[in-house]
Amino acid sequence: MFDVLVVGAGVVGCAVARELSRYALKIGVVEAKDDVAMGATKANSAIVHAGFDAAPGSNKAKFNVLGNNLFEPLCRELGVPFIRNGSLVVAFAESEMAHLEELLERGTGNGVPELEILSQAELRKREPNISPEAVGALWAPTGGICCPYDLAFRLAENAAANGVQFRFNAPVEKVERCGDGWKLTLGGGVTLETKCVVNAAGVYSDILNNQVSAKHYNIRPRRGEYIMLDKSEAGCFSATMFQVPSAAGKGILISPTVDGTIIVGPTSDWIEDRSDTETSDFGLEQVKRVAARTWPGLPLRKAITTFSGIRAHETTGHDFVLGEPDDAPGFFNALGVESPGLTSSPAIGRYLAGHVAAKLGAAKKTEFSSDCGLWPKIREMTAAQIEECVARDPAYARVICRCETVSEAEIRAAIRCRVGARSLDGVKRRTRCGMGRCQGGFCTPRILDILSEELGIPQEEVTKSGGASKLLVGRLFGEDRQ
Amino acid sequence: MIEVEVLVVGAGPAGLAAAIAAREAGCSKVLILERDDAPGGILQQCIHPGFGLHRFKEELTGPEYAQRFIDRVNAENIPVQCRTMVLDISQDRKVTAVSPENGVQVFSAKAVVLAMGCRERPRGALMIPGTRPAGVYTAGTAQRLVNMEGLMPGKRVVVLGSGDIGLIMSRRMTFQGAKVLACVELMPYSSGLKRNIVQCLDDFGIPLLLSHTVTKIHGRERVEGVTVMRVDERRVPVPGSEQYFECDTLMLSVGLIPENELSLKAGVKLSPVTGGPEVDDSMQTGVPGVFACGNVLHVHDLVDYVSLESETAGRAAAAFALGGGAGDVKKIPVSDGFGVRGCVPQEISAAGSDDKVALSFRPAGVYRKAWWRVRSGDKVLHKQFAMILTPGESQRVELNRKLFEGLDGVVVEVVQSEEKQ
Repeated sequence: MFDVLVVGAGVVGCAVARELSRYALKIGVVEAKDDVAMGATKANSAIVHAGFDAAPGSNKAKFNVLGNNLFEPLCRELGVPFIRNGSLVVAFAESEMAHLEELLERGTGNGVPELEILSQAELRKREPNISPEAVGALWAPTGGICCPYDLAFRLAENAAANGVQFRFNAPVEKVERCGDGWKLTLGGGVTLETKCVVNAAGVYSDILNNQVSAKHYNIRPRRGEYIMLDKSEAGCFSATMFQVPSAAGKGILISPTVDGTIIVGPTSDWIEDRSDTETSDFGLEQVKRVAARTWPGLPLRKAITTFSGIRAHETTGHDFVLGEPDDAPGFFNALGVESPGLTSSPAIGRYLAGHVAAKLGAAKKTEFSSDCGLWPKIREMTAAQIEECVARDPAYARVICRCETVSEAEIRAAIRCRVGARSLDGVKRRTRCGMGRCQGGFCTPRILDILSEELGIPQEEVTKSGGASKLLVGRLFGEDRQ
Repeated sequence: MIEVEVLVVGAGPAGLAAAIAAREAGCSKVLILERDDAPGGILQQCIHPGFGLHRFKEELTGPEYAQRFIDRVNAENIPVQCRTMVLDISQDRKVTAVSPENGVQVFSAKAVVLAMGCRERPRGALMIPGTRPAGVYTAGTAQRLVNMEGLMPGKRVVVLGSGDIGLIMSRRMTFQGAKVLACVELMPYSSGLKRNIVQCLDDFGIPLLLSHTVTKIHGRERVEGVTVMRVDERRVPVPGSEQYFECDTLMLSVGLIPENELSLKAGVKLSPVTGGPEVDDSMQTGVPGVFACGNVLHVHDLVDYVSLESETAGRAAAAFALGGGAGDVKKIPVSDGFGVRGCVPQEISAAGSDDKVALSFRPAGVYRKAWWRVRSGDKVLHKQFAMILTPGESQRVELNRKLFEGLDGVVVEVVQSEEKQ
């Protein structure tokens, strides 16, 4: 019997679990996929929003501003990269300047500090690569960028260090009342009992809610496609460059990432299938066309990858649904958490953990581990620091990923940690192996070997991303290389 | 700080040949740094024959070709430090490297030869729409898996791009029992060698679909199929021409990119056309004492010419290391004329010492029954006829250095027919 089961190991589920781990509770996280951060958390704009966008009085507005405040100290605590690079909303016609005033007013009402309208000259001075068509911009200095999946990994590691159990490949098929608590039926028929449930199931969160509450919600998946540009383009813009929403574009941005690459996107298209993360020729064309308004010289030949993510848009209230429905005590929703969900996640984590703990009358533990499973990264080190690491473990001197300078020791650490990688993509997101310009061409066979060795499975069983995503179809000679 | 005369980055065919040439030119302290476990570079995984026809007048496999040079490196006692990753090269030729055996080392080199090779263009650069499943491999990665690890990446394969590695791997996968359904090429001509199209596709009945491309990848977890469409002359897919191929693997052979991250750190200027450093005829980059050769400089069709080019670089690096720089000397610019892309070298040094000057380039398109020539003003230094010129087959000539004396610049160009000259 668990005290709390969190459904979903995205950034929201992990933030709630980690905050809950401060309390003397038996906590579990169940995740449908094979890893942390497999939904919207791995495919979004990686923006920590200032908070001028959301409707005043909404949960989105409230948790955005709260989350933005919490982000910097949280990232420092967890060793997650965060840069407060500021956001600009660019107007391309005088008529759009009025919209900037509206955003400024709305933002100020939401509690966003230091908003300012910039003239064309001020904008150009700040961002010399901006299109000459730009006439002005809203400047929000509290906007920032982070690595969303890295945040989720560190939250999960820290939660696990404080006793939270993680269970992967465990889709929740049914939630039902069981005495005063809840019974969850997982794929394969396994059942788990718990006093409280936190529903952080992302695009599937309405399905869980609708099984336990008469107050129904409806998530309509909305896909966003992105193009990622090589690190060689770093410095093209220092701020996150939004456009005033118009008929021509629905919020396609260009932003530096904390890894030095440039992210361009997203589109916004309603789709039927909640798991359909395809990219489309239509979507990618739209990204190119609309982004070129901001950056006429958009260097598409520097593209290193494309991807898409799915927003969990709730259609009845268009807002985050947070907390217990009246008719389902002990069932806590984090439903409809789309943008600014990443920004809000630290605040949602605190809010829901506080309510769950109060419900259970739980006391805070006297000891809380700060361990979030960090390992040294040679690309961030000076020669002297590398020397020191190599003296301890020669595997730090074996560079496996050339584009991102990742050593064998780091890959092994990413597999061996508490909530460790089990697939090629799991290694990739934890280490950046294969995320550079060659996209894994060189390092894939090497990581395959390391995963096989660490997991004690033959190379043919190693997957790209869990499930049936096996990288190989067979062996030509030899039993096993190891 | 470890002092060396000529430091070579990379022990592939280029690095090996450069090091041997530097030693033969009188350098006692030559060192090769190699990131892999053994020397040989990409040739280690190229187990097919066809190497060395020009150089050795016999047909060798990749490992055999490499071994000839490895044997000479060993005979000359040139140290090859493997498992060593170069992290940085400074403009004054301080080279920082790391290895499990030696930790972090800093070398001070009188001359540096860049021989890092190239990498393959990945799927992401092509922005092919669809899913992102397992089973999308570059041909070189597939080649490594099959030939070196004994691991089979797929059973039903569509190849996108007709670069040489893709052609070679079409045959290789067929040998290993896979079904290669088609080789799909965006351009109206192949970017691979004619002999590879005949021996790797035609001989096995694998269709080459020119002016076609993959427009969508299907399959959530593993590749389940690809959509292929015909493209028009602007390379835009033609609606209605969709064909679906059921397959578990998409193999990419869509271009090679010289790997110049270290060159940039050293302050070397790259050519936007070749993707490699701009060099003079001694293979010296714009940074004095820093030389480049092999696929890091420009992508070669044949390793035989990599060896030749690298020997030039090695000799020149040795001369630089032993005698210092030549100071300011006149450089004769070489420019790309009509139909010519990425002529190397970009300059010819009036102070060069080799009797011959090698020029090579890739045709910018397909030209039938065409001449190409090296010209300075009205003076034609060289001209030669070809039944067909294609981007897949680079052209090369060695000219007497004397021909360039007193010239202000030369242009290399294609002339469509004799009459037009």
